Amino acid sequence: MIQFDRIAKRYPPDITALSDVSAEIAAGELVTIVGHSGAGKSTLLKLIPGIERPTAGVVLVNGQNVGSLGHGALPYLRRNMGLVFQDQKLLFDRSVLANVLLPLEITGFPGRDAQRRAEAALDKVGLLPRAKALPVALSGGEQQRLAIARAVVHRPGLLLADEPTAYLDAATARDVAGIFIEFNRVGVVVLVATYDDSLFPGARRLQLDHGRLT
Amino acid sequence: MNWLVAHGRAARLALVRLAAAPLNTLLAVLGIAIALALPAGGYELLSQVSALGSGTVATPQFTLFLKVDGERKATQAVVDRLKERGDIAKILILLREDTLARMKAAEGLADVIAALQKNPFPDAIVVTPADDSPAAIEKLAAEARQWREVELVQIDAHWVRRFAALVNLARTGVLLLATLLGIGLVTITFNTIRLQVMTRQREVEVSWLLGATDGFIRRPFLWHGAQLGLLGGIVAWLIVAGATLWLQSPVAELAQLYGFSLSLQPPSVVDSFALLGVAGFLGWLGAALSMRQHLH
Repeated sequence: MIQFDRIAKRYPPDITALSDVSAEIAAGELVTIVGHSGAGKSTLLKLIPGIERPTAGVVLVNGQNVGSLGHGALPYLRRNMGLVFQDQKLLFDRSVLANVLLPLEITGFPGRDAQRRAEAALDKVGLLPRAKALPVALSGGEQQRLAIARAVVHRPGLLLADEPTAYLDAATARDVAGIFIEFNRVGVVVLVATYDDSLFPGARRLQLDHGRLT
Repeated sequence: MNWLVAHGRAARLALVRLAAAPLNTLLAVLGIAIALALPAGGYELLSQVSALGSGTVATPQFTLFLKVDGERKATQAVVDRLKERGDIAKILILLREDTLARMKAAEGLADVIAALQKNPFPDAIVVTPADDSPAAIEKLAAEARQWREVELVQIDAHWVRRFAALVNLARTGVLLLATLLGIGLVTITFNTIRLQVMTRQREVEVSWLLGATDGFIRRPFLWHGAQLGLLGGIVAWLIVAGATLWLQSPVAELAQLYGFSLSLQPPSVVDSFALLGVAGFLGWLGAALSMRQHLH
């Protein structure tokens, strides 16, 4: 499903984020990327949807070389993925429901079906009763669940999450991690960058240390 | 179909954004409207005034004024001479008695005419040449000036040509003004959309991360620009139509003093649609340029 082949990523003037990283993630896997702050977890995740491009090496997603895709082709690659960002990237001037509808609008999903799907996604993360609220009215855990609902509403085969439990209390972090595990159980490949992989029992671990896999 | 749905959605979103910032929208629309109203009003005024010129003396003519104390047979001789020529299309004879009678009937002149001891008017002949080129008219008029019965030759088309040249100059001025203010309109929309992109940077970024194409991101901004332009066009139309109605009476009065009949009319249906079309297009263009500059 995903292949990292001798990946390096450097930022100017001379910062090495990743160095000689090779790994494979197969269909149906739940994988955690673990490491200290600045180890390169987020960078590795960002290479998959083409948010960042490797300085050297190749990233293949379903056999497609992400680095060779042009600006116009990247959106179509991303539509097969669900992304959960560390800072969630919610739109605070849109309702909870409107936030979840956004990926469906992007893919041109018909209005009524989109509404049904968005409501189902919100129901799945327990936020349907808050559909009309603005994200600012949600707690940290609810905002994270909203970000997950938005990431899965278009039913992607691959779910990428960057520190999804970083700012949550222990109980909420367990809830949120549980949602990812549930999605993995129905066949979604889940790749989570996290500082605490004890929340994802049974996941395969990729340990990063100063940009290298150990 | 999907394309249409996407545009419908983007157009609705753009309308919501316009309504969400009423003061900004109002200021931008007023700026656009004023930029459009000046050339549009100038164009309307010119097209109606220039029609006045072409409708009055469309055919170039000249008038031969004979000697005041000349005899009728001298007039007849000139008429016969003109009729013998093959280069004259039409002759109109204005006898001095008829001219005097017309003047007596004219408002305000009756008393003055009555005070005269003898008829001061000469016989006159209005000549329409077959060849209406300025050179041919000049040549014919110069020839007529040599005839001993003729006191004065007046080329009637002179003022029409001066008038046409003036209108032409004004038209060029309006075109220049329209070009400059058109650029102004594009600049207004460019800047408005730039601010919109800055305000909605997060939305643009999130949409891009979630798989939105450039087209998807651009569409609401393009509609925003086109709608601003269109609204500006509607307000410009109202300004031009309002000004036309306001000026109708004083202009008609002024025209009457010069012996013309002129009633200013609001823009025609074709002109109105052209104004709205140009306004919408320029708004869209400003937005497109802005998106090209600021999207990435």
